Amino acid sequence: MSSLNWTEDFLSELSADMTVAESAISSDVTLWQIDNYAWQRFAEIALRQKLRWAAGWAEQVQDRFLVNACFEKQGKYILLRTGVDASNPELPSQATVYPAANRSERHTQDMFGIRFSGHPDNRRWTRHQAWIEHNYPLRKDFPVQGTPVGITAPDMHYPFIKSHGAGTYEIPVGPVHAGIIEPGHFRFQAVGELILNLEERLGYVHKGIEKIAEGREPESLARLAGRISGDTTVGHCWAACMAMEQAAGIVVPARAALIRGILAERERVANHMGDIGAICNDVAFVFAQMQFTRLRELWLRTNATVFGHRLLMDSIVPGGVACELSDESCTLIKKELVELKNELNEVILALDLNSSLEDRLYTAGFLSEEIAAAFGTVGYVGRASGQDFDVRRDAPYAPYDQVTVKVALENQGDIASRLWVRYKEIRASLRLIGEFIERLVDGDIRTEWQTPSAGAEGLGIVDGWRGEIITYVRFEAGNKIARFYPRDPSQLNWPALEKLVLNNIVPDFPVCNKSVNGSYSGNDL
Amino acid sequence: MLRIFKKILTTGVVTEKIKAPKDAELEQLGIELKTHIDKKFSGSIAIRQVDAGSCNGCELEIHALNNPFYDIERFGIHFVASPRHADVLLVTGPVSRHMQTALLRTYEATPNPKWVVAAGDCAACGGEFGVSYASCGVVSNVIPVDLTIPGCPPTPLALMKGLLGLISAKT
Ligand code: SF4
Repeated sequence: MSSLNWTEDFLSELSADMTVAESAISSDVTLWQIDNYAWQRFAEIALRQKLRWAAGWAEQVQDRFLVNACFEKQGKYILLRTGVDASNPELPSQATVYPAANRSERHTQDMFGIRFSGHPDNRRWTRHQAWIEHNYPLRKDFPVQGTPVGITAPDMHYPFIKSHGAGTYEIPVGPVHAGIIEPGHFRFQAVGELILNLEERLGYVHKGIEKIAEGREPESLARLAGRISGDTTVGHCWAACMAMEQAAGIVVPARAALIRGILAERERVANHMGDIGAICNDVAFVFAQMQFTRLRELWLRTNATVFGHRLLMDSIVPGGVACELSDESCTLIKKELVELKNELNEVILALDLNSSLEDRLYTAGFLSEEIAAAFGTVGYVGRASGQDFDVRRDAPYAPYDQVTVKVALENQGDIASRLWVRYKEIRASLRLIGEFIERLVDGDIRTEWQTPSAGAEGLGIVDGWRGEIITYVRFEAGNKIARFYPRDPSQLNWPALEKLVLNNIVPDFPVCNKSVNGSYSGNDL
Repeated sequence: MLRIFKKILTTGVVTEKIKAPKDAELEQLGIELKTHIDKKFSGSIAIRQVDAGSCNGCELEIHALNNPFYDIERFGIHFVASPRHADVLLVTGPVSRHMQTALLRTYEATPNPKWVVAAGDCAACGGEFGVSYASCGVVSNVIPVDLTIPGCPPTPLALMKGLLGLISAKT
């Protein structure tokens, strides 16, 4: 995609007191450092210039906190950074400008104790009762074991938004849900069956991933990254390895990059098949569920045969991949591609012509383009609401720089659109897998690791099956991780669910939720 | 509609034969069985699955138990929506501290007699997360466990063997 250099224009927009120190992190990412008083004003200009807010995190370096925000436009990323003093950590909020930054700033507030002045909703977010107020787990003086006393109390007194008025009532759901799904709490306000408001309360599966990452060596971090969200093990592992490889200044061999591409597309296909089946199942169309779970199972069995793991865990390692791809395996995969295409043709025709599915999926769970853009939604959630962005096409990394990635796009914004985007993505992934196999070159599958210098940093950006993943890594001396922050696409997509269920009926919530399918674990970290 | 019937017919039955596992087989899979379900109960068990902090990988494979290849319901094992309807809690993940009370309450809400299965390395023996300010570690740190099924995640076959081992009456 032609990337007109918008950054020059952007810099000329900044007022005289906003000086930017610029340095390159990678070909697609530039680091801009600014003074902290300009933090919010920068966001205002960024919004006017139509930059997308993509990620935010902080880091402690001695007695200062570095605060980062990542913006994107036309596939070029700006990593904006400022510093605040640890003795009085306060920064003007960007969430006032970008709703997408809202929960991220609350997370940073809970984990570092940085106050974001003017924040529209500064209630705690990630913190429930596992550690007490005014303790901040990601500060360096907070011990990884914490100071737990007895049984962690339930988070009884979280100040939920209340509804008033005749006829309105509340439905609290979770954290333990009535199905095989992850824990989280949903608070509905409804009149009759109509949803007036939904408030999500997440953080139940917070496992301290950022904290327990510190001090790990690259291989160990890759394993942890592969368990941020089990369904995205390839995506997260790849992003983490990409960040570490950038910091170490190593390039993975061409063969390894192609195998990574195959792994990532296989992950996308597996999850999309599971989701399409589950969406249909939520509207009682069991035929599709049975067919898609069958196809998914066959697909996972090939994963096990070829790569040694059904979900492909630990296939990507720092410097390359852990598994060779033999000629027989390639033949097997190619045969499977043809078979799956034929099966999908038959199954999807049966779906497409089914009026009971149409009834339930069209117009339900509508997410407008404006709201999708305001929350910076990514992946199939964004793409079903007209957000034409895909890292693989717009900021391509090996092996996607060798191929044409067709991005599925819809703009009706309903559940059906999110289903069709997934279906189109499966088709595109099948083509990509075929192309990567054709392009497979001989050679190593792993580059030797080089210990990065203390302080070296990297930003891995890949398109996982849910959408863009952004992962930050900084090393300290001795090949050890000083800071790890993975931004799962769910973090941007979860708030959109609160909006798209409005004016739907409560019984349609499960299918609305499934059509977004946010990761709780990837969100809570 | 005809298309649907045609596809159903041409797909046929894909469900696979699975035999109740021998003890040696369980051992080989690393499955540790501390108790058996009493014969009186073993004809049909109701499972309430509780994700106590998992990465969701284990859930994907538990889901697969209901796909047509494994079709676990044919053995009388089915998943229920409430712990009050359950005989067995199938718990995954390290128990996050934020889920500790929820897990305890789910356990209390499950009527006696009840059994607890800890599935996946995180739940059974440690895994990647361990004990920290945010995590209580393995399930047995929080509630008593009767059966552990290791694996990251355990395959549907391992899950199935473990559960069948639990209900195959020996006593
Ligand atoms: S055992 Fe593995 S798949 Fe299961 S929750 Fe733990 S990390 Fe995830």
